[in-house]
This record gives sequence, structure tokens and C-alpha cells, in this order.
Amino acid sequence: MRQLISLWQAGIVFGTVILFGSTGEILSEKGGNLNLGVPGIMYLGGIMGLVGSFYYERACAAAGIAPIAIVCVLITLVCGFAAGILGGLLFSFLTTTLRANQNVTGLTLTIFAGGFANFFGGSLMKLAGGVGQISVAATSAAFRTRLPWLSSELGVFSETIFHYGFMVYLAVALAIFLGWYIQKTPIGLNLRAVGESPATADAAGIPVTKYKYLATAIGGGISALGGVYYVMDYMKGTWDADGGIERLGWLAVALVIFAGWKPKHGIWGAYLFGLLSWLFFYIAGLSRRSSELFKMLPYAVTVVVLIIASLRRRRDNQPPAALGLPYFREER
Amino acid sequence: MKHRESEHAAGPVLRIEKRTQEMRGYMSWGIRAGALIAALLVCAVIIWAIVRINPLRVYAAMFQGSFGTKNKMWVSIRDICMLVCIGVGLAPAFKMRFWNIGAEGQILVGGLAAAACMIYFKNLPTGVLLLMMLPLSAIAGGVWGFVPGVFKAKWNTNETLFTLMMNYIAIQLTAYFVALWENPFGSNTVGVINGITRAGWFPEILGQKYLLNVIIVAVLVVGMYFYLRNSKQGYEIAVVGESENTARYAGIRVPHVVTRTVTISGAICGIAGFLAVAGASHTISTSTAGGKGFTAIIVAWMAKFNTFVMVLIGALLVFLDKGSIEIATQFGLSDHVSKMLTGIILFFVLGSEFFIEYKLHFRAANKEVAK
Repeated sequence: MRQLISLWQAGIVFGTVILFGSTGEILSEKGGNLNLGVPGIMYLGGIMGLVGSFYYERACAAAGIAPIAIVCVLITLVCGFAAGILGGLLFSFLTTTLRANQNVTGLTLTIFAGGFANFFGGSLMKLAGGVGQISVAATSAAFRTRLPWLSSELGVFSETIFHYGFMVYLAVALAIFLGWYIQKTPIGLNLRAVGESPATADAAGIPVTKYKYLATAIGGGISALGGVYYVMDYMKGTWDADGGIERLGWLAVALVIFAGWKPKHGIWGAYLFGLLSWLFFYIAGLSRRSSELFKMLPYAVTVVVLIIASLRRRRDNQPPAALGLPYFREER
Repeated sequence: MKHRESEHAAGPVLRIEKRTQEMRGYMSWGIRAGALIAALLVCAVIIWAIVRINPLRVYAAMFQGSFGTKNKMWVSIRDICMLVCIGVGLAPAFKMRFWNIGAEGQILVGGLAAAACMIYFKNLPTGVLLLMMLPLSAIAGGVWGFVPGVFKAKWNTNETLFTLMMNYIAIQLTAYFVALWENPFGSNTVGVINGITRAGWFPEILGQKYLLNVIIVAVLVVGMYFYLRNSKQGYEIAVVGESENTARYAGIRVPHVVTRTVTISGAICGIAGFLAVAGASHTISTSTAGGKGFTAIIVAWMAKFNTFVMVLIGALLVFLDKGSIEIATQFGLSDHVSKMLTGIILFFVLGSEFFIEYKLHFRAANKEVAK
């Protein structure tokens, strides 16, 4: 039982990182932009959130006051979200305005942002004139604060459902909200039209370029929150230079397919990926060798899902028809 | 409304038009070179902002770091070979518009095959061993390409994500074998394989240990150039890439071409894994591919699948990589700065393609457009 609960908790935390990533990517893909820069955008969100809170905590330390938790959280979220928006705008500018290939642009964004984030993650302390690694203890603690009472008094429920910082619930709320927004509102309908057939949308008077820009930029912002959560909760406010974010970022891209472009399916998909990723840790008597094979599971499952999805060809879980294609009015 | 009409009558301030004739070769390469120079300037500013020394001196130091000594030069040449080899492998797939993001995995399984030969057949003479490793690596990489290829061909399964997932499956497979072959026990690394006997290592040719890498890659570069340009299969790849419907009307068996091309692509990436293990590191780890599979996509794309141009672009990227690592070490900074600079250069070159593909008309400059 203990083991199961702790596996569940690890799965939720892991899943939350990729849930943010995939929710943002679904928004972007609904508008027809296949942004393979998601891992990069998550990198950007993680590092900029960290940089923001790092400078705030330093300023507080210099002034001799304790950092205020809510300010820590807000600064981190705003910095991370803004970084994601900038990443999304850069992608949109290159692919929508300059019509560069989306696959190559996305990969380039991931390479660039990975370098950018790891460079500053590794060198920020030195550049700021200090020694050692960056660590933002106060901010991380604020991010990991649990709800009072609910997280301690409800027995199993406290341990399985109310055991986490607020970002876990934010991720679920965002996914549900976006699913509803894309499916049920006029703006969502327009966005889907842009992703399915930009020429038709254009003829109907929908500003295609504006929609593509906005969806990708806001989607980038949401994906970036995954990076923020990774750094602040998963890594407890330190920088991990092992490329952990990149791995999770690619899983987020895979999760979009797994969820059939529906944010609400992304929720349980994300937790399933999380459980599969940690399973090896909780199986007794697994040698290190076989645990490496177990870590293959989430990727293997994704492949199986991909294959099944393409075999069944159900209409309602297919990618947007114009996904990844550039749109140029004069070339119809 | 009235306002819009009057604006319409005068024509938009900026009008974009696709070029009907392809731009002359020297013009388009001129634009790319211009983008490159602009990118290097931006990089120089960034470097200056970080370390506060004259960027020209930085570039000089970078050159020292990458090609400064004979030894460094050969290591750089070895790395260029590796990058170009992967780029050559990716070229046919990408020309066919098959987004093979899976080079990383294909390199790793190729490397695994090579390492397995070195470990299990260490008593064979090196020549025989190498002749066995080359095809086995190619087969391993080929299988890693064939699987997503055949699903794409038969059921149109999304190849971008399939090949991406195959990377991670290959990484875990490598982690498994690293644990199996670890040496010394408990280190979780394979260590240098056959360090004393040098069985399965590339032999020195004319006193140069990396000359064989150059020869193999040169053969691939020339071969792929003519394969894509002059062979029937190369023509089929081009047609399928332009339009699958056209290809079908022309009687090309599209599924067959897709599967075959992706298998070839994977096989060459597998050979890159062979180069990495037998011709460079003499060991295997999960970072044997180290992101080169992704970088090489950009090499292939920017070179417009011209394998000779790939050599130039590969050289530029390796120069940047080695050079910025040199700078980072000198200043005690993280060497990830090289990826950042590479990214900036790629952004510029990607953006510059727009000015090659499209013509811009400004209202003031083109009166007849306004009529």
C-alpha cells in the first residue's frame, strides 16, 4: 500500500510536467502549428522562472528581509510564462510570417533554448559573482506548499489527492478549461477552422495569421509552465543540466497524439505516463539492467497508441488536417 | 469601409509574391551567406555581453580551439565526418518529406551492433572484424528506420513521433547493454573496448587515425550525391517528396519507395554509429549520439540535400561547437553556450529562406503594382 501510494504520487508529479507541456502544444496544434520546440519552450520557462526568483531572493537577502511566498510564486510564473510566449512568438514569426519549415524551426528552437537554458542554469551563479549552484529555496518551498487541513486530515485522500503544490491542480484546471474553450466557444471554433483548413477560414473572414500567432504564443506560455513546475517542484528549485526537461518535453509532444488532441484526455494520459515512467522503481527485485528496459515503457506505449490510432482512423481523434503546413493566401 | 477601399486601390504597403523563376544560384547562396554573417554578428554581441572581450579576439580564440593545432584539427575533422555522415543519411528521407527525427536512435543501435562485435568477437583480426561491423551496424540502423517507415507507408502513422519514440527506445536499449557490458563492474560505463588489443578499432592510415573516417564519409557523400541526382530511385524520392499523388499517377509504388528510402536513411545513420564507436570513442554510452542526430537534420536541410554543401555547413557547426567550448572553459562557463549560438545561426538561415523563395514589393518602389 505504502509503495502504491508513493508510486501514485511520483506519477502525478511527473505527469503534471508533461500535462502543461501537452496542453500548450494542443492549443498550438489546433491552430495548425506543429511546434516541435515544446521541449525548448519548457526549458525557457524553467530557466527564466528560476532566474526571476533567483534575483528576487537575492534582492531580499541583500535587503535583509525574508522573501514573501506569494511574490516569489508570481514572479516565477510571470517570468516563465513570458519566456514561453516569446518562444512561441519566435516560432510563429519564423513559420507563419517567414514560412520556414515547422519541423526544422521547432527542432532549432529546442536546440537553441536547450543551450540557452543550460548555459544560464550552469553559469548564472558565476555571472552573478557567486559560487556553487543556483538554488531558490524559498520560492521552491512556496511552490510546494500544500493545502492546509485537506492535505493532512483525510487519510488516504490527503496522500493521493491533496498531497501536492498548487500547480498540479492548475494544470488540471487549465486542461479542462482549454478543452471546453476550444470545443464550445466561437473563438475555439474559429481556431479549429484555422487548423483544419486555413483557406476556408480565410475566406470566411477569420484572421488566420492572428489566430496562429496567438494560439502558438499562449500555447508556448502554457507549455513553459511545465518547465517552471519541473524546476520548482520536481527539482526543488535547482537546475538540472542532464537534459531532464528535454526528455519530458518530447513526452509532452507524444502525449498530444496519445490524447487525440483533446486536453481532457491529456490529463489521465499524463498521469499514466508518469506511472509507467516510475514503475521500475517500485517493482521488487528488478536488477539495474532490467529497470532500464522498464523505463522504455512510456515510449513503447506511445508507439503502440500511435499505431492503433492510425489503424483505426477514427474521425474524432485525428490531427488537424492542415497541421504542419504553411499557409500562404496566394498559393491556394 | 471607405478607408479600406482606398487602401486597397493604392495596394498594400508590402506585397509578397512567390518567385516564379528560381533565383540564380549565386544570388540565393549570397543571401544565405548574408544571413550567416548577420548571425555571426549577433553571436558576437552576445559573446561580448557575457564575457566583455573583443568578439574578434573571441572568434580568433574559437578558431584556435577548433583548428589551432594539428591534433585539434583532426578531432574536428572527425566530428565533421560524423555530422556529415548523419546528414547524408537523413537527406533521402527528408527530400521525400519523411521527417526522420530518429537519427539519434539509429546511430545508437548502429553503435550497439558495432560494440557488440568488438566485445564478442575480439579474437578476430581487425580487418575481418571491421568488415563484419560495417554491415551489421547498417542493418541495425536500417531496422530502426524500416519499422517507422513501413507503418508510414502502409497506415500513414505519424513518422515524426514514431521516430522520436524510437530514439528513446534505443536509449534505454543502450542503457541496458551498458549495464550488461559494464567494465569495470559497478562503474555503469563500458569503458574503452579492447584498449590493449585494439581489435575493431579503425587502423591508422598514413599515420592518421581518423583518415578512415574521412574515406568512408567521402564515399558516402559522393555516392549519395549521385544517388539523389542521377539514379532512378533518387528521382522517385524527389517525385514522392513533391507530391504523393503525382507519384501515384506516374506509377511509382509510393509505399515501396517510402519503406526503401527510410531503410536506407536509417542504415547510413547506423554506419554513423559504427564511426562513432569504432572510429572515434571506442566505447558506447547513452550519449554516443549526443544530439548530433538532431543537429544533422539542420545540416541536411540547410544544404538543400546537396551533400557537398553539407560538408561546409558541418564544418561551420563543428567550428562553433569546439570554439565556444574553448571559450567557455577559458572563462569557467557552461559549454552549452555552443548550442545557443548554433541555434541563433540556424534561426537566421531559416529566416533567410523566405527572401530566396519570395519577392517583396514595396508600394513606393513599384508604381505599376498600384494600378
